[in-house]
Amino acid sequence: MIVEEFNWVLSIAVFLPVVGAIITLSFLSGKAARSFAVIITLTELLITSYIFLAYRNGPGGYQMADRITGWIPIDSFKVDYYLAVDGISAPLVLLSGILGIVAVFASWNVTHRMKEHFMWLLALQGAVIGVFTSLDFFLFFLFWELELIPMFFLISIWGSGRKEYSAMKFLIFTILGSAFMLLGILVLYFSLGTFDMTQMHEKLEHATLILPASVLFFLTIIGFAVKLPVFPFHTWLPDAHTDAPTAASVMLAGVLLKMGGYGMLRVSASIFPDQLIEFSWLLASLGVINIIYGAAITIRQTDLKRLIAYSSISHMGFVLLGLASTNGSEVVLGMTGAALQMFTHGTITALLFLTVGYIYERSHTRHIPDLGGLAGRMPFLATALLIAGLASLGLPGTSGFVAEITVFLGIFPAWKLFAIIGASVVILTAGYILWMIQRSIFGPRPTHHDNLTDATLPEMIPIAILVVSIIGLGIYPEFVSNIFSEGILMLPPEIVN
Amino acid sequence: MTFHDLYLLSPELSVALLAAIVITTDLLFKNKRILPFVTVVGLIVPLFFSVHLSGTTVQDGFFGVLRVDSFSLFFKYLVLAATAIVVISSNEYAKRFGNHQGEYYSLILFSSVGMMLLASTTELITMYIALELAALPTAALAAFIRESRSAESGMKFLILSAISSAILLYGMVLVYGFTGSSQLDQIAANITELGVNSSPALILGLVLITAGFGFKISAVPFQMWAPDVYEGTPTPITGFLSVASKAAGFAVILRVFYTAFGVDSFNMDWANLIAILSALSMSVGNLIAIRQENIKRMLAYSTIAQAGYLMVGLASVTALQGSAGFGADKAGPSGVLFYLAGYAMTNLTAFSVIIAISNKTNSDMIDSFAGLVKKSPLMAAAMTLSMISLIGIPPTVGFMAKIYIFGAAMDTGLWWLATIGVINSVISAYYYLRVVKVMFISEATESLPLRPDVGAASAAMVAMIATLVFGLYPAPIINFAYRAVSTIIS
Repeated sequence: MIVEEFNWVLSIAVFLPVVGAIITLSFLSGKAARSFAVIITLTELLITSYIFLAYRNGPGGYQMADRITGWIPIDSFKVDYYLAVDGISAPLVLLSGILGIVAVFASWNVTHRMKEHFMWLLALQGAVIGVFTSLDFFLFFLFWELELIPMFFLISIWGSGRKEYSAMKFLIFTILGSAFMLLGILVLYFSLGTFDMTQMHEKLEHATLILPASVLFFLTIIGFAVKLPVFPFHTWLPDAHTDAPTAASVMLAGVLLKMGGYGMLRVSASIFPDQLIEFSWLLASLGVINIIYGAAITIRQTDLKRLIAYSSISHMGFVLLGLASTNGSEVVLGMTGAALQMFTHGTITALLFLTVGYIYERSHTRHIPDLGGLAGRMPFLATALLIAGLASLGLPGTSGFVAEITVFLGIFPAWKLFAIIGASVVILTAGYILWMIQRSIFGPRPTHHDNLTDATLPEMIPIAILVVSIIGLGIYPEFVSNIFSEGILMLPPEIVN
Repeated sequence: MTFHDLYLLSPELSVALLAAIVITTDLLFKNKRILPFVTVVGLIVPLFFSVHLSGTTVQDGFFGVLRVDSFSLFFKYLVLAATAIVVISSNEYAKRFGNHQGEYYSLILFSSVGMMLLASTTELITMYIALELAALPTAALAAFIRESRSAESGMKFLILSAISSAILLYGMVLVYGFTGSSQLDQIAANITELGVNSSPALILGLVLITAGFGFKISAVPFQMWAPDVYEGTPTPITGFLSVASKAAGFAVILRVFYTAFGVDSFNMDWANLIAILSALSMSVGNLIAIRQENIKRMLAYSTIAQAGYLMVGLASVTALQGSAGFGADKAGPSGVLFYLAGYAMTNLTAFSVIIAISNKTNSDMIDSFAGLVKKSPLMAAAMTLSMISLIGIPPTVGFMAKIYIFGAAMDTGLWWLATIGVINSVISAYYYLRVVKVMFISEATESLPLRPDVGAASAAMVAMIATLVFGLYPAPIINFAYRAVSTIIS
C-alpha cells in the first residue's frame, strides 16, 4: 500500500460515524446511545460544513483527496482507496451532514431498542458519505451496498404497517439494480484497467470494449434509476417511505434517493457523455412521466406519508429532466438545476417527513380525513409543515422555487414540449400540497385532538435547522448553486460545450 | 522411497498420527473433555510442517504421484483451519456421543488426511485412493447419532459416494486408455501428441469424470444427496462436509482440469460443460432454498448454489483478447481458491452458531432462532454477518470473493454466466435475510437469555472475525491464491 495523498478530513467524515456505531454497539445503551449519537452527528455536521466551506474557498477541481493505491494490490485487480470531493459532491456531503443530525433528533422519542436504532443511523450516515466521496468505482460500489443493511434494519424493526414486507422490497429492488451496476463496473474495469472514475472517460475513447458502450451505460444507470427512483422502478418507494420510521424516511428521501441522481452525474454524465446525449430523449420522457404520474397519484393519497412519498417521485422527475438538457444550449443551467433539485428536495422532504412524523406521534393517525385544525393546538409544527409544503410546491423565496426554475430554464432550449408539460404540472403540485395542508392543519378539529401538544425543544432543533436552510437557500441560492455549476463545468466537453 | 518423500508427506502423516494419538488418549483417560483439546493442539504439528514446506520450491515425491507446491499448501492450510474450527465447535455437541468421542474426533482427522492428500496428488490412482480416504470417514460420521435420520443420512452418503466413485473411476479408465498415462502432466502432453483431443471416448471420459466430481461438490444435477444428508448428519459434520469436503473436491477438479485437460482446443469443451452446470446449480439451489424451514436443509441448498458460483470461476478459462484486467488465464482458478477460503470462513461461522443454538434449543428449524438478538446478541451478530457474506454484501469476504469471481467470468467473455450469477445473488438475498429477519424481528417464545457454550461460540467468533477482516483487506488471500494457481496451469 502506498499513501499518495492523505488529508484526513474526508476519511474522518466517512469513518467517524462508523466508529461511533461500533462504540455504540459495544459500550452504550439507552439514552447514553442517544446522547452519543447527538455528539457524533453534531461533530459530523461541523466536519461536513468545514468540507463544504473549505471547498467553496478552495481552487476547485478534486480537493481534499485521500488516496492509498494498492488497497487490493494484485496486478490484475487493482483497487485503490480514493476519496475526494468536487463541486458535485461537496454540497451533497453537507446535505448528509445536516440530515444525519436531523435524523437523530427525529428519533428522539424512540424507546424500542434505542441502542441498535442509533447504531444503524450512524452506520447509515457513514456509508452514505462514503458513496458521495469515493472516486474509485469499486469503493463506490462497496459503500453503495453497505448502506442497504442499516436501512433494511431501520425499516423492518422500527417501522409501522407492513414493515417487513417493505424492508425486503426495498432491499431486493436496490440489490437488483446494483447487480446490473456491478456487471457494468466489471466490464469497465476489464476494458480500461482501472477503477478510477476520474480517468475512465478518457480511457474509454481508446479502449476496445467487451460490450458496447451504450450497453454499459444502461447497465450502470439501472442501479441509479432504481434508487432515484425512475418509473417503472419506483414501486418500492411508496411502501418503504410509508412504513419506515421518521428518521429512516428522512434519510431515505433526503439522502438515499440523491445517491441515484449523484450516480447519474458522476457516472452516466462524466463517463458516458455521448450516451447521455444520445439517450437524453429517454431521460426527458421518463422525467416527464415521473412528474405527471407522481403528481397524479399524489393527489388521491389520504395517508400523509404516502402522499409525501409519491410527491418525491414527482419531484425526482425534475432531476431527470435537468439531466436531459444535454442537447440544448443551456446544459450547465439544466444540470445545475438537477443538482440543486436534489439538494433542496433533500431538505424540504426531510422537513415534511419530520413534521408529519411528530404529528403522527401525537395524533396516532396519518389519515388526512381524521386530522384537521392542528394549527390551533400545535402552531409550531403547523408552521413548519406549511413552510415545507410551500417550498415543496415551489413558492418563490424558498429553495424549491430556485431549483425548479433553473431546471426549466435549462431544459427549455433542448426539449420545449417536455419543459412546457413539466412546468404545467406544477399546478397539480400546488393542488395536492395546499389541499393536504388545508385538510390537515386548518379547518375544524376533531374534539379528541383537543389535548395535542406542540413540539418540544429537542424536536424544534432539527426543524429550525431545516427551515433555515430552506429559506436561506431560497434567498441566496448562489451559496450552493455556484459550487454545483463549478462541478458541472468539469464534466467532459461533449456535454459542456 | 526416501526420507525426503516422508518429509514431503509430513503434514498428512502427522495428522494421521494425531488421529491415532486421539484414539489412544480416549482409551487411557476417563475424562473425555481433553479430547478436543488434544486434537486442536495436535493440529499445530501439521501446521508447522506445512509452514516449513512452504519454504521449498515445487517438489515431486513418491515416484511422481505427489506434488508439494503452493497450490497443495493453500488447501492444506484451508483443510487444517476448517478441521480446527469444526473440532472446537464440536466441543459441547460431541458429548452426546458418550464413549465414542475418541472415534468421532479421529474420524474427522482421518478424513482431513484424505482431503490434504487430494490437493497434492498428480496421479489418477492416488487421487482415487485419497478421495475414498476423505469420503469413508465422513460416511461413518454422518451416521454417528444413533437414530434413524442419521443412519439414513450415513447410508445415503455411503451409497451415493460409492456410485459417484464408480463413475469417476470409469471416466479415469477411459482417459488412461486413450492417453496411455495416469500422470496428469503426461496426460496433457499425450493429448496433444497423440492428437486425441476430439476422440469421443476421451470426451466421454471427461464427462464421466465431471459427473463423478459433480457428486463430490454437490453440483446440479448430482445434488440430490446433499439436502437429506446435510439434515440428518451431526451439525459439526455438516459444516465439515460443506466446507472442507467441498474445498478438497474443488482442489482435485482444478488439478485435473487445468493440468491434464488444460490443453488448448480441449479446454473449451469442458469449460462450456462446467458453465452450464454452474448456471443450473446456482438457479436450482437458490430457488429451492427459498422454501426451506430447516436451517440445515436451507444451507444444503445454499451450498449447492455456492458450488455454482465457484464453478463460474472454474469455467473462466481463457481471458479475452485485449482485456486490460486479469490478463493471464489465472483469474478464474485463483478466484475459485479465494472464494473457497471466503466461503469456508463464512459457512463455518454459520454452522458454529447453529451448533451453539441447537445445543440449547434442540431444534434446527429457522423459527428456533426467533428473537436471538435478545437472547444472545453476539451469536445473532455472527449469524447476520455470515448471511450477509453469503449474499455478497460488504463489509465481508463474500462480497470481495463474489466480485472477484464474477470479474473473472467477465474477463473471459462469460458475461451471460456472470449475469445469471448476479441475478441469483439477488434471489438468494431473500432467503438468507429471512434468517436475519427471524433473529432480529420475530419475538422469542421464551425470553430466557441463551448462553452458548464456549467452544461453539469461540469457533463462531474466530470465523466471524476472519470473514470481516478479509472482507476489508483480502489482499493476502488473493496473493496466495494467485501464486498457488500458477503452479497448476499447464
